[in-house]
Amino acid sequence: MRLLSSRRRHPAAKALLLVAALFVIGAVYAAVAPTEQSAAEPNTSQQVTKGKELFSVNCSSCHGLNGEGTSQGPTLVGVGAAAVDFQVSTGRMPLAQPGQQAPIKPGEFTNDEIAALAAYVATLGPGPAIPDSSQYSTDGLSAEEIARGGELFRTNCSACHNFTGQGGALPEGRRAPSLVGVPNKHVYEAMLTGPQQMPVFSDQVLPSQNKREIIAYLNSIHAEPNHGGLELGGLGPVSEGMVGWAIGIGVLIGFAIWITARGARAR
Amino acid sequence: MTSSGTSGVQSQSPEEINPEQQIAREEYAEHDMPVHEAVLPVPDPGVEEHLPRLADVDKAAADRVERQVVTMYLLVPVMAVLFVLSYYLIPRGESIDFGPLHSSAKHVALGLTLGIGVLLIGLATQQWARQLMANNEVVEERHPAYSPADANEEALRQLNVGIDESGVPRRKMLIFSALGAVGILAAPALVLLTDLGPVAGPNYRRKTYETTLWKEGIRLVNDITYTPLKPEDLSIGQLVNGVPENLKELSGTEFNNAKAKCPIVVVRMNPADIKIPANRQDWQVSGILAYSKICTHVGCPISLWEQQTHHLLCPCHQSTFDLADSGRVLFGPAARALPQLPIKVNDEGYLVARSGFPVPVGPSFFERDSRHDLGQSQEYR
Amino acid sequence: MAKPAKTATEAPQAAEQPDQQLGPVMKFFKGPAKWADDRTGVGGIMSGRIPNIFNLRKVFPDHWSFMLGEIALYSFVVLLLTGVFLTLWFKPSMGEIEYNGSYQLLRGLPMSEAYASTLNISFDVRGGLLIRQIHHWAALLFIASMLTHSMRIFFTGGFRKPREINWVIGATLLFLGMTEGFLGYSIPDDLLSGVGVRIIFGAVLSIPLVGTYLETWFLGGEYPGDILVPRMYMLHILLIPAVILALVAVHLVLIFYHKHTQFPGQGRTEKNVVGYPFFPVYTAKAGGFFFIVFGVIVLMAALIQINPIWVYGPYNPAEVSAGSQPDWYIGYLEGALRLMPNWEWHIGPTTWSWNIFIPAILGFVALPGAIGVYPFLEKWVSGDDLEHHVLDRPRNAPNRTAIGVAGITVYVVLMIGGANDIIATHFHISLNAITLTLRWGIFILPIITFMITKRICIGLQRAAYDRVLHGSESGVIHRSPAGGYSEPHTPITQGEAYTITQHHEYQPLTSGPQTDENGVARRGTAKERARRPFTRWYYGHNVPKPTAAEVEEARHHQGGHEVEGGHDDHAIESGEHSDEQVGAGHSD
Repeated sequence: MRLLSSRRRHPAAKALLLVAALFVIGAVYAAVAPTEQSAAEPNTSQQVTKGKELFSVNCSSCHGLNGEGTSQGPTLVGVGAAAVDFQVSTGRMPLAQPGQQAPIKPGEFTNDEIAALAAYVATLGPGPAIPDSSQYSTDGLSAEEIARGGELFRTNCSACHNFTGQGGALPEGRRAPSLVGVPNKHVYEAMLTGPQQMPVFSDQVLPSQNKREIIAYLNSIHAEPNHGGLELGGLGPVSEGMVGWAIGIGVLIGFAIWITARGARAR
Repeated sequence: MTSSGTSGVQSQSPEEINPEQQIAREEYAEHDMPVHEAVLPVPDPGVEEHLPRLADVDKAAADRVERQVVTMYLLVPVMAVLFVLSYYLIPRGESIDFGPLHSSAKHVALGLTLGIGVLLIGLATQQWARQLMANNEVVEERHPAYSPADANEEALRQLNVGIDESGVPRRKMLIFSALGAVGILAAPALVLLTDLGPVAGPNYRRKTYETTLWKEGIRLVNDITYTPLKPEDLSIGQLVNGVPENLKELSGTEFNNAKAKCPIVVVRMNPADIKIPANRQDWQVSGILAYSKICTHVGCPISLWEQQTHHLLCPCHQSTFDLADSGRVLFGPAARALPQLPIKVNDEGYLVARSGFPVPVGPSFFERDSRHDLGQSQEYR
Repeated sequence: MAKPAKTATEAPQAAEQPDQQLGPVMKFFKGPAKWADDRTGVGGIMSGRIPNIFNLRKVFPDHWSFMLGEIALYSFVVLLLTGVFLTLWFKPSMGEIEYNGSYQLLRGLPMSEAYASTLNISFDVRGGLLIRQIHHWAALLFIASMLTHSMRIFFTGGFRKPREINWVIGATLLFLGMTEGFLGYSIPDDLLSGVGVRIIFGAVLSIPLVGTYLETWFLGGEYPGDILVPRMYMLHILLIPAVILALVAVHLVLIFYHKHTQFPGQGRTEKNVVGYPFFPVYTAKAGGFFFIVFGVIVLMAALIQINPIWVYGPYNPAEVSAGSQPDWYIGYLEGALRLMPNWEWHIGPTTWSWNIFIPAILGFVALPGAIGVYPFLEKWVSGDDLEHHVLDRPRNAPNRTAIGVAGITVYVVLMIGGANDIIATHFHISLNAITLTLRWGIFILPIITFMITKRICIGLQRAAYDRVLHGSESGVIHRSPAGGYSEPHTPITQGEAYTITQHHEYQPLTSGPQTDENGVARRGTAKERARRPFTRWYYGHNVPKPTAAEVEEARHHQGGHEVEGGHDDHAIESGEHSDEQVGAGHSD
């Protein structure tokens, strides 16, 4: 409840509240009048039921039959719909095998199925809801706001994800993934829920306005041309040094060999 | 003087091979340079016979090379004109998209025209030198690096005469006082450099290295946005890059100097997962802990926090600290634990500092008294 | 061998000069003056006795590796040209302003004037980005080519007398070049270089006793202060380039004075230099090469982005990025810092940060230091005080070659350590595993590469002598009437055989009175005893080259050789190490 009360001040509160209200109403309806509801409001109750089915088939072996968690996987009580949407639609979940890090892979579920799973997990406990497009849309941000997004990115994100979101190394073989080409919604959800090792940047501390600025900065820096030529992977001096040796010194030594070669003779 | 041309092979003088190319040798270099006279199982056949190039014997080939060289030189002005046109005509915002190259059109055009132009000068000149200039190998005699026969002695003798005439051998104080007089000029020069910066004495260190903006009651705020934090805003697994609220009042140099020391990371962990030493029980608020963001190795700001393992990694040199265990060092070159900032909740419900940092933050310095740090020893456990 | 030459060295000065003519001051200077004169002819210059050693027709030998130093020289010239251009716009100030230039993604942010003016050069000055990128690429190539150039000289023994001074100047230039490059990388005051500067001052702080004082002295107070960029700028555009320029001038004058070294080959001796005249051929080749170096750098700058500071953002002491690395030439220090275990002493109220001081401060000095001191170590072992103008083939100095390769191994291991996070992400390896492996690798790998290199060198010696004795394989298989198969060997040219066998063979010192034969007994036995194991280590494993008798015999032998089938290399292995090579028998 404290989550909701502090969100009230936020500019995106209306939209959030609306989503949450709809969701709660749907959930209450589903609980109170399950039989009646199936015809009138096909979405919600069916979604939760379908979600539960999908959950018990695909997720429960690690997360427990009721999402309470096992030794194989953490509890999903309170992670919210946003976490499910992020993990499942990026293909990170279900995990093919336990390992250091859940890799991104093509998703196994349709959007409907993901929505159903998210709806079910959201009933397990209060957690962040799936953000709606007004929260992560970058429309209407001024140049100064986007520049501030850059400043926020460098303060909060670049330590793991690198200057331009190329990703970086974490201890013991783990990695912060690349942010290039990641949809706005997923970037937003990741900040909101803190998947795997990533810390949480909740809306109370980093309001959705700031998150939008960060997303807008990322989009801009990925869309802008590399003014000075080939980008070399956005890795900075390591790749520059390698190119300096391989191309610079390599080509110049090639020329030096040509200059000093004895050359063809008439006989 | 021993003539060193003892081996029959080596005395086979190069003049015999190429007399017209021989450069007049130095008068004193009369083979008196001592070198290793290696045992030669195979005698030196002398410099290879000069073979003419195609351009030397075939006028058509030489003409062809000439045309190549001249063409390359003539393309340079073309490139220069294109450079000037690119400079004035290509709009600034224009970008080109060519395979992996997605760049400023003006930049690429300027670079290509200049680069190709300059390179053409080089290629043309090389082609000229390689194909058209006479290419008979020339043998030049070496002179030894030392000076001829007694020249060094002569120089020393001249020096000696000069010193003698200066009167120094009889009046040694002359030279000592002169050298001393010139040498002491180093003192004004060095003294003038003193004011490059303050002397880092104990008082100065106390006010700078050993102090941050933190003191009791200062609110923890978000970096950049300066929004204050309440415990209920932080969920488990949350990371906040924080600064003291009074940083906002500073600007310019003061701001930067302060910000090089005061940043913190505020994290919230499940209280069941963390080890808290007895004397730090009241430094945290229900699993919310604050640590200095400045690495104890060489001072990089670290905020690479893994919420599940509670490890904080420095991206510069990979020192890893355990924030669930008083910031102890787990891995890497850092030697001291991250200093922890004691925090509490004030009357308005905001997170504030309980005090300043109990130990200096940031990299070690020689005069740092590190006995009270939580090192790798067990002192606090 | 060495003995007659030795007397020759002493001959000129022993000629007439009774010491009593010289005063005490001169007696003191006599030794150093001789040392300097042996290498620079300074005595002759002072007494006006060196005639006309600079002339337009001076001969330069042709070899691609002799152009490496020119790459360094020319990239330095490019640096001077583009650097002048950049100073016209760059504002070396840490004063804070709000950015209002044309790069949208930084609009309205507070930043230093230095950073803002670098953005201005990159986005608002037409062609400014090109010049900046030329300057930066030229800097990377400047140091890379200095290092390559020094490797060529090291592996061919080009540093030997009389060129030690030039070698030390070269090591100093390398040191200055790295410093100069780092300063240039730092002054735009962007986030990436700012983190680098932070690390450097963390390293300065670790210097025992004086570190803290040095830091506040240089920064004018606490880190980062407001005067660091102007001071680094002064060093970057004035002081260090001036010193580099002066040293380059001395370097070139000495090259002219000594004349260039040459690789062994027919007609090439210690007393001549074979090649092409400076004017016109080398004027054109060297001058043309300047334009090639310049052109290649400009093309790189046109097509490959370097140091995009606008992406890094302005410096902020609380920000950092994953994958923060310095330019490549500081990478070995970065790696040393990452690999070093966390050793720190807390003695009383003091802190001794060996974890930083050893890798960052000692490591920085150690590279040019180790390079600079090597010729004198080798000279102590060889006891050789003669001039060398014909280069060694690397195989003929196996120990030196192996030491060089081991040194490069250490350097590369440190560089890999400095890039361990990039390697971890791109090859999916654990960061910690790389660091732990390299901590051992830095000690084990150089030993392994040393041993492998030395074995390869000795194998190459053996193969080369085999060619001298038995010729090269013709690739034609003969079948004899008796049914045996054999491959006849074609004799190699006299020129090649000479090239293979022309070098002087150093011998290890052996114990006992016969050391006198080396002409070194007068140096005193204690020193000699100390040298002895080193000479064995340096020269003990060399394959003795075939004697004239063996070559002669092999030539006669070769007629009937092909019938026997196969070839044998016993001729080479039979020679015992002895001072009297000529007499060493060849049992067939």
